[in-house]
Amino acid sequence: MTLIRHTLCMTLRHLRELWRQPWFVAVTLVQPVIWLLLFGALFKRVIEIPGFHAHSYIAFLAPGVVVMTAMFNSAWSGMALIEDLDRGVTARFLVSPVRREALIAGRILKEAVVVVIQSLIIVVLALIVGASFPGGVGGVAALFAVSALLGATFGALSNGFALIMRQEEALIGAVQFIVLPLTFLSTTFLAANLIPRWMRSVSDVNPVNWAVVAGRTATSAHPDWGVVASRAGFLAALLVVCLAFATNAFRSYQRSV
Amino acid sequence: MAKGIGVEKAVEAESLVKTYPKRVTALDGLSFAVAPGTVFALLGPNGAGKSTAVKLLTTLTQPDAGRATVGGLDVIAEPDRVRRTIGVVAQGSGVDIQATGRENLRLQGQIHGIRGRAIEERAQELLERFGVIDAADRIARGYSGGMRRRLDIAMALVHDPAVLFLDEPTTGLDPEVRADMWSEIAKLARERGKTVLLTTHYLEEADRLAERVAIVDRGKVVAEGTPEELKRELRGDAIHVDLEAEYNGRASRALSALEAVRDVTVDGKTLRARADDGGRAVPLVLQALEAHGVAVSSVRVARPSLDDVYLKYAGRTFDAAEAEAGVPR
Repeated sequence: MTLIRHTLCMTLRHLRELWRQPWFVAVTLVQPVIWLLLFGALFKRVIEIPGFHAHSYIAFLAPGVVVMTAMFNSAWSGMALIEDLDRGVTARFLVSPVRREALIAGRILKEAVVVVIQSLIIVVLALIVGASFPGGVGGVAALFAVSALLGATFGALSNGFALIMRQEEALIGAVQFIVLPLTFLSTTFLAANLIPRWMRSVSDVNPVNWAVVAGRTATSAHPDWGVVASRAGFLAALLVVCLAFATNAFRSYQRSV
Repeated sequence: MAKGIGVEKAVEAESLVKTYPKRVTALDGLSFAVAPGTVFALLGPNGAGKSTAVKLLTTLTQPDAGRATVGGLDVIAEPDRVRRTIGVVAQGSGVDIQATGRENLRLQGQIHGIRGRAIEERAQELLERFGVIDAADRIARGYSGGMRRRLDIAMALVHDPAVLFLDEPTTGLDPEVRADMWSEIAKLARERGKTVLLTTHYLEEADRLAERVAIVDRGKVVAEGTPEELKRELRGDAIHVDLEAEYNGRASRALSALEAVRDVTVDGKTLRARADDGGRAVPLVLQALEAHGVAVSSVRVARPSLDDVYLKYAGRTFDAAEAEAGVPR
């Protein structure tokens, strides 16, 4: 109970912080819109390639943009932690009886909440620009769930790296190194049967692709729930691993104080 | 309001040892004890080990050897109970500058299990008491240094702890704000029965606030007593002489026969000595130095400074100690 209460306190703190940076919020929302409109227009005709089974590229792309945005924003989660470490805010919590797990869990839960809100906005915008989600509300909810899982996973990873590196520049480098390749080594922009075979092999073990595949089939006219469940399962397992990593990193940070 | 502690020692450190990687010894058998309801100061230059001592006592880190208790609770065996007993104001600041003063207090209260109306009342009371009420609902980023410090202390007091740790509470504050801070800290022990352990490198601060002072050097307590006791040891004036060159042993030999001065030390081109009456001793000192062919560039006489206290007990100057500890100047 205490753990849940402390986690919620921390989550609220982080959400409030975000809410107070309207420009930051605006930019993070404009970004997916640009992806959606820009790539949507740029690759509009790729669906004419034989073997690309989609009737509208925007509809194909939208779940991918939702997932991509979830990862992009959560991957920066550790930046705020480094700021807290530098400002002595974390040390102040550590001399209080706050549950240690809450200090990490609060940040990850915040990422999940933000992902769901962002995803909702992207889906609405996608509908406006002509996408459709034949899978209905259930499908869209599943898309949100896998995006939130992915966001939480990258949030945990980012916080773990932040605790090890403790330097904003290093974290920026690491995030940029990881995020773009994972996006392009997936079926976010192109159907699986159109990307090179080696890339497809990589995408099979790419968590971003698990979320894209799960989200895309869940929102399609005839969802394959087996695929959705298996990819969500992989993501949940990976989240557990990343949480363990972040928790361990936090312990080793505490030892080094 | 004030919680008494049913133990003889509010804080007790016994032979604490802490070594950081690269064999930096921060604490080397640090021992001291603080009586409940008193203000105790750990005095020493940066790098002496004061902050490490505070980190150990506040459960942030663990010692390699030795033991410590706070409010009778072992800091290693029962860290969580210790955390409920203590309030901590760290050297920098622990204020979340993206939240308002009130939100900062509220969060601290929630962590300590205070809820509902009680937390709002407690926050309001502390905001008023520490003069942050006018800025209570502004983002702390815009607070002045003094205001942030006051909020820091208010945050440490949310759960009405019995023991308060203040690590360099007035470093970086204007002299005026510092004086305010002092009266606030003094009140905490006097009116609210709190035990206060503070670290400082200002002699004046220790003198004004602390009932007892421990002088820390190289991770050890080298002298302990009331400020009066420590100063009595240092009766008289300090004489500082800047020499034209390094004369090695010649400068101190020149003064060895002089009865008017004592505690003569030479460090490079600086000579220090003590005298009951500095003004009368100076001509004698200059004469003696000249007689031995030691050229003098300047002389000054001063009341005992922290440097002098430190020099006496640690055998080196404050600056030298900080340089040795690798403190950037």
